Amino acid sequence: MKTPDEIFDILKNNFNDDVIGIEKEQPTEPIIFVNPSAINKVCLFLRDNEELKFDSLMNLSGVDDANGEKVKDNDGSEIIKGGTLSVYYHLYSIKYKHKITLKTSTSREEPRVESVESVWKTANWHEREAYDMFGIIFNNHPDLRRILMPYDWEAGYPLRKDYKNPEFYQGMKVPY
Amino acid sequence: MALKTETMILNMGPQHPSTHGVLRLELELEGELIVDVKPHIGYLHRCFEKHAEAMTYPQVIPYTDRMDYLASMYNNFGYVLAVEKLLGIEVPERVEYIRVIMGELQRIASHLVAIGTYGLDIGAFTPFLYCFRDREKILNLFEITCGARLLYNYMWVGGLSHDIHPDFVRLTKDFIKEFRPTIKELNDLLSYNKIFIERTANIGILPLATAINYGVTGPSLRGSGLAFDLRKEEPYSIYDRFDFDVPVGQGLMGTVGDCWDRYYVRVLEMEQSLRIIEQAIDKIPDGDVHSAIPRRIKPPVGTVYQRVENPRGELGYFIISDGSTNPFRVKVRAPSFVNLEVLGELCKGHLVADVIAILGSIDIVLGEVDR
Repeated sequence: MKTPDEIFDILKNNFNDDVIGIEKEQPTEPIIFVNPSAINKVCLFLRDNEELKFDSLMNLSGVDDANGEKVKDNDGSEIIKGGTLSVYYHLYSIKYKHKITLKTSTSREEPRVESVESVWKTANWHEREAYDMFGIIFNNHPDLRRILMPYDWEAGYPLRKDYKNPEFYQGMKVPY
Repeated sequence: MALKTETMILNMGPQHPSTHGVLRLELELEGELIVDVKPHIGYLHRCFEKHAEAMTYPQVIPYTDRMDYLASMYNNFGYVLAVEKLLGIEVPERVEYIRVIMGELQRIASHLVAIGTYGLDIGAFTPFLYCFRDREKILNLFEITCGARLLYNYMWVGGLSHDIHPDFVRLTKDFIKEFRPTIKELNDLLSYNKIFIERTANIGILPLATAINYGVTGPSLRGSGLAFDLRKEEPYSIYDRFDFDVPVGQGLMGTVGDCWDRYYVRVLEMEQSLRIIEQAIDKIPDGDVHSAIPRRIKPPVGTVYQRVENPRGELGYFIISDGSTNPFRVKVRAPSFVNLEVLGELCKGHLVADVIAILGSIDIVLGEVDR
């Protein structure tokens, strides 16, 4: 069993700049920040390293950080320009019983993160959900389609903080 | 001249009695054999996570009820534990004991539905009626406690909505005494029934490595032979004080990890839940279940991921707080959602009729898959 600090040191030694830092000011588990273009390599290392063996991905969730500039749109509603979208990964090792949280942030305008589907199959649907809800594109994902919303939903990504409901969907009035 | 052959696409659902809700399976068939299964979900999507961002922390609790509507108590349980962890508050002993008892009663009720409807899917109608008869008794216990039979809103942050009824302890003991012999009855009627075994043994075998890689948890993972139960693995609440076993699949009727194993783990778990209730019911200490409920819930900035062993697997709540009275983000790691993903892997090479048996053995609740 390793502490988050030890895990961070191992990662730092192996990935240098791709592992950005660790934040410990949390009520619960610390978070390790990783570069979005290297997340798949870091995850593969975490899964296969003999001392770490993170064989299960508990949870993967997209988050809209809403840290950009808030500007008024033409119709008076507020939209967010700039800032980041993030993905959180909660990993657990069944063998060593230790866990770790990873976070990777990507730009709101062109959100791209490497897919970890090849590391844990369970990430497939989690990533599809993050794409569906936040519009985060996962590079090299085998089947990146909407999952919970209708396949032809064109009004954007519902869980973004500046999401607006459309007036109509297929001729049906949406606000009721 | 060689004949050209093509696979056939067949839609099963969204309205199909054996999909346990609105689930559409796109089956790719070669004759009677399954080449591939693509689940299409989202028909029951109610934007729980978006709603939660517009609510204060306690207002989210009734929404959690409506995700896994067969295990509402446990959904409340996971959510309040996550918020309590974020707030850093302790709850009174009495509350802990009542929560565990309610959680385990809920587990039995949920497993009874899973077992009953599974028999129904396979063609055994009678066990279904027996299971629902017994589940009714548990729902009566919940009704005298909080007035609701399905969606309880019972566990609150820091406490409970109501204290238990004065008759609750006696009625629960009566229930245990009545219910225990019916497990044996159920085994004779369904578990060791030759037709049932023929339909489920050696069907839909889930190897352990695949199960872990797909993030499968709960009875479906334990059916593959790994004793992984969060109540033992990282005990939350007061689960570390009770003595109980974690049943695993042993391949008694076929191969480890087949449908029968997944089914039978649920049967054995009901017995273990009874043991936990028996140990807890006499030890409920005195106290006030409302004393620790905070007047204003405003957690500090930070994140929390709390997971609990729901009847279907690992139910996780990931909550981000920005320091206000509303959660900034609530993500639910729903066990049914994750477990359903492995369906395609399990069905390959089986017959169409086996899809029903395999889907039933994973035991999904669509309200939780779609949230």
